[in-house]
Amino acid sequence: MSITAQGTAPRRAPQPSGERITFAQSMRDSLVVAKRNLLRMLRIPEVVIFGLIQPIMFVVLFSYIFGGSINIPGAGLDAGAYREFLMGGIFAQTVTFATAGASAGIAEDMQKGIIDRFRSLPMARGAVLTGRTFADLAQTAVILLVLAIVAFLVGWRINDGVLNALAAFGLLLLFGYAFTWIGALIGLSVRSPEAATSGGLVWLFPLTFISVAFVPSENMPGWLQPVAEWNPFSAIVLAVRELFGNLPPGYQAPDAWPMQHPALASALCSVAIIALFRTLAVRKYKRATG
Amino acid sequence: MPGAIYAEGLVKTFGDVRALDGVDIDVPEGTVLGLLGPNGAGKTTTVRVLTTLMQPDSGRAEVAGLDVLKYPNEVRRSIGLSGQFAAVDEYLTGRENLQMVGQLYQLSSRDAKRRAAELLERFNLAEAADRTAKTYSGGMRRRLDLAAALVVSPPVMFMDEPTTGLDPRNRQQLWEVIQELVAGGTTLLLTTQYLEEADHLADTIAVVDHGKVIARGTSDQLKDQTGGDVVEVVVHDREHIGTAEEVLRRLGDGETTLVEHTRKLSVPAAGGAKLLAEVIRELDSHGIEIDDIGLRRPTLDDVFISLTGHATEEAAPAGTAGGTDTTGGAAASAAPAKNEETQ
Repeated sequence: MSITAQGTAPRRAPQPSGERITFAQSMRDSLVVAKRNLLRMLRIPEVVIFGLIQPIMFVVLFSYIFGGSINIPGAGLDAGAYREFLMGGIFAQTVTFATAGASAGIAEDMQKGIIDRFRSLPMARGAVLTGRTFADLAQTAVILLVLAIVAFLVGWRINDGVLNALAAFGLLLLFGYAFTWIGALIGLSVRSPEAATSGGLVWLFPLTFISVAFVPSENMPGWLQPVAEWNPFSAIVLAVRELFGNLPPGYQAPDAWPMQHPALASALCSVAIIALFRTLAVRKYKRATG
Repeated sequence: MPGAIYAEGLVKTFGDVRALDGVDIDVPEGTVLGLLGPNGAGKTTTVRVLTTLMQPDSGRAEVAGLDVLKYPNEVRRSIGLSGQFAAVDEYLTGRENLQMVGQLYQLSSRDAKRRAAELLERFNLAEAADRTAKTYSGGMRRRLDLAAALVVSPPVMFMDEPTTGLDPRNRQQLWEVIQELVAGGTTLLLTTQYLEEADHLADTIAVVDHGKVIARGTSDQLKDQTGGDVVEVVVHDREHIGTAEEVLRRLGDGETTLVEHTRKLSVPAAGGAKLLAEVIRELDSHGIEIDDIGLRRPTLDDVFISLTGHATEEAAPAGTAGGTDTTGGAAASAAPAKNEETQ
């Protein structure tokens, strides 16, 4: 058997055509890289398992500790109502944690020789990043599914039909996907995977807590209320609550525009994040070495 | 017509360091160029520029007839890269690694599968094919890495220190693979710190130091530059060193050198075998017992020292990157001794 394969490549280079890499090739390359990252996730399942433990812990802690002590507009101090209210926040927070996975994974790749392998191959430039975000999206979908089952067990219910529920999951995945591009940029900007993990997470806490996720904005100090209501994270939380039918019957959304049109606001926000951070990340990747 | 790998005036600086200071290279199609030099000489940077991983500050480069800066993606279709930094994913199996690389070379998924199986067989990795690369030994990983570079049988190959850190047996295996590859018509640029390796594998050698090519030619041409053969004598008794040195100085064609602790003397011998016979007779008549005597061609160590004034290993006191196991080859261990001889 010979080292050289028959008919796999021309002996002479193709004439330079100046051709651009097509969208189809770019998609195919991204899926090849996504498959690689999914295989890695299966072989290092700890990462996925910890990704699951945290939201489950939050469900249990928040619903049993804060359950009866947080006033939900329209329902009062009712533990059952808080549990319904809480899940939208947990779902949304969980999808944003995909950021840390993406940033750590990309930072790790950039440190290793594998990135030189990729960069010396005739593949679409953005595929290393896009593939990673696809894999994180798949992981997020699995985590959401498990989380929904756990939530069901502690009493959370879908109250507004299957279609709306699917729309809610769709919005959550889109939002989470957008955040993986922020993660990609962080992963390319830090010097070590360790820094990427904390750098990918630390800003998510203020982002997700200064919002309507765990406490209604009405309960916050006056100056903080507009911050929470205009926080893009609040829009996705409220949109999900509406679509799952998890708001108490008499609930009045705050007057801020994103709170009045939460589904639209969160979708717009997600698309804007993808457009901006994908551009920045791909540009940074191209410049990362050389 | 420029060769399959061609570079002209490559310059690359990192801060104050001029990693490349005007590198010119021309490798005719189907031949092997050995880029020889110590760590930090600019070998890896040269390879990174030629494989589109890095843009030079100035200069021009063509690979497989294509401008590296203008058509990087077309160049990538025609090259394979293997060595100290090109790598494999350790959480993927050998087979998965090769299939992924094949698909990213734009092979169909069926072709990528078929080719992966072929290469695993060829590189003695068939049994380990479905284990993750994490479980592979250093030699196996290096073979997998080389296999990955060969997935599409690219007409032009780059190998950056392919055997650094390998034990002698694995090195020998890799050499055989490389020789087979070259016999198939592949153009190869190989970097190495091992003089022996360049001698063994390369058609022509370019010696690099401080970002410049300081000499080039075939191994024989470079050796001739340092001036012909050398007579080497190891005397049995330490007391006889003085007399023996006297003899060599009288008969030889240049400065004698002495390595005190091995009792080894040497002198340039333009007269070749005739001089060797004379030396033996003369030492015998003085009653000097000898442990070893011989005529040897200068090694590339000698060449490197005469060109740069230091041995190849000198610039890399901490050893070679990743080279925790024995660096094996005679070249590596010979270098410090050679260094002493010149002093």
